[in-house]
Amino acid sequence: MTEAAYRLPGSGQSGVCTAGPADFLVLLKPRVMSLVVFTGFAGLLAAPGSLHPVLAVVAVLCIAIGSGAAGAINMWYDRDIDAIMTRTAGRPIPQGRIAPGDALGFGVVLSVGSVMVMGLAVNYVAAGLLALAILFYVFIYTIWLKRRTPQNIVIGGAAGAFPPMIGWAAVTGDVGLGALTLFAVIFFWTPPHFWALALFRNGDYEKAGVPMLPVVAGPVETKKQIILYTVLLIPLALTPVWVGVAGWYYGVPAFVLSVAFLGFALAVWKDDSDRAAKRMFGFSILYLFAVFTFLIVDTAVLDAFKVTS
Amino acid sequence: MSDKMTDNNDKRRYVSEVHRRQNSKNYAMLAVLGALVVLFYVVAIVRIGGAG
Repeated sequence: MTEAAYRLPGSGQSGVCTAGPADFLVLLKPRVMSLVVFTGFAGLLAAPGSLHPVLAVVAVLCIAIGSGAAGAINMWYDRDIDAIMTRTAGRPIPQGRIAPGDALGFGVVLSVGSVMVMGLAVNYVAAGLLALAILFYVFIYTIWLKRRTPQNIVIGGAAGAFPPMIGWAAVTGDVGLGALTLFAVIFFWTPPHFWALALFRNGDYEKAGVPMLPVVAGPVETKKQIILYTVLLIPLALTPVWVGVAGWYYGVPAFVLSVAFLGFALAVWKDDSDRAAKRMFGFSILYLFAVFTFLIVDTAVLDAFKVTS
Repeated sequence: MSDKMTDNNDKRRYVSEVHRRQNSKNYAMLAVLGALVVLFYVVAIVRIGGAG
């Protein structure tokens, strides 16, 4: 008998879970988490008012854990299609390193824990929004929309747009117009980001039966939709300036970055190979990081101005 | 005979690998619980102090 024959899926010979801490960390989708933490932190800084630094750290931690927990539940539900797609086949559940039930339990415990801590340590509005984001990602996106409609990431993308709103609510205890503008930026950024990925991972999604737009409507329609959303993103990225959340230290770079994003989208339109789509996908991540970095810089500049005047 | 020996070696290696992973998971759990104790203590002090 070979060594491989002893590797039982997700459990040892006595039914004991054999996964290491690193496997559980992968379940939390750390790369997605980094973006979520960053945008949540930016929302927290952009909000009017102040929060004790310890409570701010707790709020960001809860956003991170809550988002990771939703990711773990997503990996539990999608384990069948994850095993088919090249991009996701290396995840701990399809690899047999974590039993599906363990992943679900891990996700649920962390979800409940993060919402509870947010409610007790920060405030109930932020906790409610965090719960809503987790439930939206699991039930609306993962279970309901993902396998049914090419609009899956358009509507489901709302889940990823919650973090700055949660950060905002952690400070103010409510959801203001400013928070909604930050929500809108991520909401309209999500479709072009994922459709760029879907364009060069089309075969994967097709094989797994996930009705992403390029699979259902073809690359030409997808490219048209990408352009449409990136055009809409240009004025939307400026709405934080119009409602007074940010100044032009944010506005000017946000405008330039949004025009550049449109430039990448137009390059995708002209390119028949995957190269432009890959470049656009890479830039989309940089775009969101950069836009929210300038929001943080702008907030710091505005605060410094308030102190000196 | 030789097959049986290889089989036993593989089994032993597998069991020690499982123990190693369980051990590291236990230490990670200990670290998480310790961090939570500290976190709750600090949050309680901050809240008592009137912040938030």
